[in-house]
Amino acid sequence: MRRTGGAEADGAGRGGVLLYLAIVFAFVFAPIITSMIFSFNSDRFPTVPLGEFTTHWYETAFSRPEVWEAMQNSLIVALTAATLSTALGFATAYTDYRYNFRFKSAYIALALLPPTIPLVIMGLAMLAWLARLGISGTLTGIIIAHTVMAAPFAMAICRLRLSQMDPALEAAAWNLGASQWRAMRSVVVPFCLPAIVSAFCLTAAVSFDEFVVAWFVSGLNKTVPVVILEILQGNVDPQINAIGTFVFLTSMTLVVVAQLLITRRRKA
Amino acid sequence: MRIDGYRYTWRLPLIVWQALFFIGPLMLMVAMSFWLVRNYRMTPDFVFDNWDRMMSRSFFWDAYEVTLVRACVAAVLATLIAFPASYALAFKVSDTVRRWAIFLLVVPFFTSYLVRIYAWQVLLAESGPINAVLGFGGIGPFSMLNSGFGTMVGYMTLVLPLVIILQTTSLAGIDRNLIEAAWNLGASPVRTLFRVIIPAAKVGLIIGAVFAFILSFGDFVSPFYLGGSKPPTLSILIIDTTKSGQQWPLAAVVAIMMIVTLFVVAVAAVGAAYGRRRS
Repeated sequence: MRRTGGAEADGAGRGGVLLYLAIVFAFVFAPIITSMIFSFNSDRFPTVPLGEFTTHWYETAFSRPEVWEAMQNSLIVALTAATLSTALGFATAYTDYRYNFRFKSAYIALALLPPTIPLVIMGLAMLAWLARLGISGTLTGIIIAHTVMAAPFAMAICRLRLSQMDPALEAAAWNLGASQWRAMRSVVVPFCLPAIVSAFCLTAAVSFDEFVVAWFVSGLNKTVPVVILEILQGNVDPQINAIGTFVFLTSMTLVVVAQLLITRRRKA
Repeated sequence: MRIDGYRYTWRLPLIVWQALFFIGPLMLMVAMSFWLVRNYRMTPDFVFDNWDRMMSRSFFWDAYEVTLVRACVAAVLATLIAFPASYALAFKVSDTVRRWAIFLLVVPFFTSYLVRIYAWQVLLAESGPINAVLGFGGIGPFSMLNSGFGTMVGYMTLVLPLVIILQTTSLAGIDRNLIEAAWNLGASPVRTLFRVIIPAAKVGLIIGAVFAFILSFGDFVSPFYLGGSKPPTLSILIIDTTKSGQQWPLAAVVAIMMIVTLFVVAVAAVGAAYGRRRS
């Protein structure tokens, strides 16, 4: 630890920056926490002091058939898109890890580019393209769009894990007579399993949360965030807090699990 | 030698998938901007009507200016707000605390931005909690919604976690010996910060600002729900144009202008980050 020059001033400075850090964290987490609190608050227009405790907003929100339908849609879309993008991400990460070829940097750029394209533009382009293919307004269309958007995250996670693998491990399997496929199945995949599960969780969270592109291409088959967006276009409605809290808890759980899976192993 | 099927099993899926569902849609969008729209029907063509129509409208250029300026402000603001926090995380806390802080910051980045903006809508309202608290102190009420301020709160909600993560990673990677050398040579803390720490973390700082720019530039939720969409930004323009019937080619023109702008900014920033490094 560095302790040079004016220890006293340094101590005061440390307190100051830590307080600042706390304020920034409060700003980042304030909307999440207040949304959860307001979901149990009886006031339609919440303020302080708070109104009474109620589960009314949950009851009304979850008695709407379209919310249940949207949850079902979200579940199907998130699970399918997560499966596809994890497979795609793993294949790409393995290619990057193992092979060198011409235009490899273009290949990697192609893989990582989607998150830098603004969502409204992805939405417009996807809507036009899927309409041409005749699948706009279907869940298939949303699944395709979400796979494009989530795969780069899966690729990044798998690539990180592969970079921790000793290349000699796979080579050893070949020398012992395993085919490439056999080595993949018995060495590479087991080694990457935490990353694969992690990628699955994270991409599921990305899909479960995504509302812009889903809104553009969804038509009548809405996902949960699209329903929230449509309620939001009406008026201030605390039902959003109730549905929102459910969405928060789901995606937070997924993201936390995704992170635990890759950080826990790194310490070992 | 036979074709190595194994190799292509792993390499080809991405190429095929991105060609079909990433490059394809974007190319179609570019092509569409040259299509002809007559009586609300699109026909493939190669005319500049849509470009002429969009480029000659003052509302397009107004929106362009607002979007560009606000995204620049957001990038600068996020960099400045994030820096002391990142500095604290990089130098003033233990490794464990830093790991947990980054762990926590990743969560909101992937967690319903839309609902968080709704929460801000409630919090910032004229009769909302923040004004109520300020009212106890005898200040306010302020109207914070439907303004540039509201939009900025939204942008910061969107970008701060990512910017702090990028800055912290970059700051924590600085060789401590460099900093200690500056101290030992009698450099003041401020001088050390500007002459040693900031130059050494330049790449992370610039990448953070670029991501703040990209995300704010493309976002429509904050300017719409917190900014009152007056004046509209480019993304709001795309939505309005797309949702009003078959005006997709016009929306495509706006989209292409946005992509070109982002590309120019990204290239310039990467040049600044990795280019001539002053020693």
